[in-house]
Amino acid sequence: MNRGKIYAFLVPTISVLIALGIGSIVILLIGKNPITAYSVMFQGAFGGIEALADTVVKMTPLVLTGLAVGFGFRAGVFNIGADGQMAMGALMGAIVAMSFGWLPPVILIPLSIISGMVAGAIWASIAGFLKAFTGAHEVISTIMLNWIAINIGTFMVTGPLAVGTGTPKSPEIADAAKLPIILKVQAIQLTIGIVIAILVAIVMYILIEKTTMGYELRGVGFNPFAAEYGGINIKKNIVMIMAISGALAGMAGIVDLLGVPPHRFLGEFTAGRGFDGITIALIGRNHPIGIIFAALLISVLRTGSNAMQIRAQIPNDIVTIIQGIVIFLVAAERIVATLIEWKKRKKVTA
Amino acid sequence: MVPASTSTDLKPGKDDAIVMKGITKRFPGVLANDHVDFFVKKGEIHALVGENGAGKSTLMNQLYGFHLPDEGEIYINGEEASFRSPKDAINKNIGMVHQHFMLVGNQTVTENVVLGSEILHPVMKVFLDRKKARRTVMSLSKQFGLAVDPDSFIEDIPVGMQQRVEIIKTLYRGADILIFDEPTAVLTPQETEELFKVMKLLKKEGKTVVFITHKLNEVMAITDRVTVMRLGKVTGRVDTKDTNPRQLANMMVGREVLLRVEKKPHEPGDLLLEVEKLFVRDNRNLQAVKDVSLNVREGEIVGIAGVAGNGQSELVEAITGLRKVESGKIRMTGVDITNLSTWEIREIGLNHVPEDRLRRGLITKYPLYFNAILGKHKDEPFSRDGFLMLKNIRNYTKDLVERFDVRPRNIDQLAGNLSGGNQQKLIVARELDDKPRPSRCVVVSQPTRGLDIGAIEYIHKTLITMRDQGIGILLVSMELDEIFSLSDRILVIYEGEIMGEVTPDEITKEEVGLMMAGQRKAETAVERGDQK
Repeated sequence: MNRGKIYAFLVPTISVLIALGIGSIVILLIGKNPITAYSVMFQGAFGGIEALADTVVKMTPLVLTGLAVGFGFRAGVFNIGADGQMAMGALMGAIVAMSFGWLPPVILIPLSIISGMVAGAIWASIAGFLKAFTGAHEVISTIMLNWIAINIGTFMVTGPLAVGTGTPKSPEIADAAKLPIILKVQAIQLTIGIVIAILVAIVMYILIEKTTMGYELRGVGFNPFAAEYGGINIKKNIVMIMAISGALAGMAGIVDLLGVPPHRFLGEFTAGRGFDGITIALIGRNHPIGIIFAALLISVLRTGSNAMQIRAQIPNDIVTIIQGIVIFLVAAERIVATLIEWKKRKKVTA
Repeated sequence: MVPASTSTDLKPGKDDAIVMKGITKRFPGVLANDHVDFFVKKGEIHALVGENGAGKSTLMNQLYGFHLPDEGEIYINGEEASFRSPKDAINKNIGMVHQHFMLVGNQTVTENVVLGSEILHPVMKVFLDRKKARRTVMSLSKQFGLAVDPDSFIEDIPVGMQQRVEIIKTLYRGADILIFDEPTAVLTPQETEELFKVMKLLKKEGKTVVFITHKLNEVMAITDRVTVMRLGKVTGRVDTKDTNPRQLANMMVGREVLLRVEKKPHEPGDLLLEVEKLFVRDNRNLQAVKDVSLNVREGEIVGIAGVAGNGQSELVEAITGLRKVESGKIRMTGVDITNLSTWEIREIGLNHVPEDRLRRGLITKYPLYFNAILGKHKDEPFSRDGFLMLKNIRNYTKDLVERFDVRPRNIDQLAGNLSGGNQQKLIVARELDDKPRPSRCVVVSQPTRGLDIGAIEYIHKTLITMRDQGIGILLVSMELDEIFSLSDRILVIYEGEIMGEVTPDEITKEEVGLMMAGQRKAETAVERGDQK
């Protein structure tokens, strides 16, 4: 392993440790015992099959939104719109999954997932086209598209697709569209969703590192002027990058909907998980494998924090603080890199 | 060669303007100045020459207070001095004319000169006394032959005049010692002549001039003494009258250098590149290239001479597919390539060494082996069924860096970590190499900008070798010497128009200089006198 690869692994790991350290100071300040807090949190995330399954279920869409955003980052495109693309993907996929219930699962499940991906891709491509042909910055246009997507979603579940009373929701999808279950522990159903997410991460890795297309899009990300000079079509690449990124976000939405009860499209379906993708991509340093672990981390913090709140009466805002510090340290990687180097130097001189 | 050790016993006297003794400056990983002794006598023009990275700028930055030396002493006019900021240097009457002018574009010449040490109005103390300021500028202008218009805005005046404003600025601040940092890099030959007159006048008025340059003919033309630096050390200290360019070059590089490029008479073959009545607009949507026609044949180098910013960049970008052609035709081996994509143009065999190697030519965060295939990456054997063939790519790169002497040979390092010269070698190698598809014609823009003598020599030799093998080269350069020594034919461009075509044997640099300033060939040369 060369220096760059060691850093890519060490910086996030050390950042997490430092963040937990600072978090424990905060816990001390509010008069609680950090060791109890963290052990409860750990219990909540990993203690027993049920907790573990819950963590993995929650992690699945986060891997995909993380990949969506990370893929864009690798190519120099800031897709802040994963949340809207996720919503559009879930909505479109849900419509397919509830309308073609007579199809066998082997056809209906892939069909639903692909429709979700296409919807996410189209939604993201709008920002891609705007950037490529008018120069509109994708951060602005994807944020605006998020709002449009969220409102379309709300409209659908309060209007054309609305069923029942209470929370606005769509009808339940056909049973044939539900993802096969690997493991069922009480209310938690672990489906093949996580397998799909990890496979997608591997495909992503190959695409970025091993293909000519990956060469081009990383080139565009590093230096668009040199890429253009090297005969790489920048406009085509920007639209394509956006489309792929959107397809992944859309996939996150539909895989979650097909895999997790209540198997309905809800008004606030995404619950900000598209934005979590940004956090995860940053912590995972835009590397597909790193993103899997970053998604796991965020998922652990989420499930664990609930346990911490319930069983140790520590507000789960602590987790937001820890998450914020991790992001800060990873983004300002020089801080941690300097710490590592400083320690090394001390070892040499000692 | 004069040994550097003549300096051991010096007592800074009254007639020594600058004495720098044992100056050592370290930067992380670099010994930029290694016990450098540098002496300049009062009232002389002293050249400081050396390759890039030899430590000239570091030395001068310590004299001007940008850096503090780690070791060593500085004496100005016999008195010990310690500079912590440029302000201290200015107080000791040292002035610096920077390579990149430090002027405010939307202020007048007068305002720029007094900026920072304004003459205040005698009554209304907070206001500038414009009349007095203007008078001061005018009198300095007259005294030193520095023709400027005190009321013009900086953005409206030519580069040569902007430089004169910079000189007046330093004189206004009372400079007796003036440091010129590569002042001729941005000037036409005529403007250079003007500058030399100014330097002589400065000397006559008792000023001391330090002239940093790497153009040896300029050293010979204007200076009294020379200090040569190499790798952070002084390698020579001579009187100009006792030396010659060849000896100076050897001291700079540490080995024999060929100053003149040896080349066979050219044997032009078939027509490769044809440009016909080309019009191109720049980023501000102004007409940058106007009615340009030219052609390049196999086995010849066609040079385009001109001062920077006269449409060369837009012309090159239009030919290579990076900029839209407004009207006109571009053909390559008879095929119309007007407004084709960069990739399509490359596939026809028209390659490009871009003027800005870091912005255009390299993806600095990619390793060498990925940079070696930029623009060829979709071709066999580098890519097959959409997958990169890493083994083929690496083998190709190993061979390429070997053949074109890119150092170090480590193909895994990032292109951004190479020195400027080796970055340029890598680009030239990639664009001129015949694999995996033939390179028939290459547009080469500013191939040696910022490179040291050794790298320049290598690039020039490579271009000539390729020409002899039948490649056609369109060479764009701001360096007239380079145009003259490499080109078989020369086109001069001014404000986007071609002023005429000449051959290096039939014309002098001065005549080309006039064309670069906007005179058509018919007005300067004898032949074709019937044309208007």
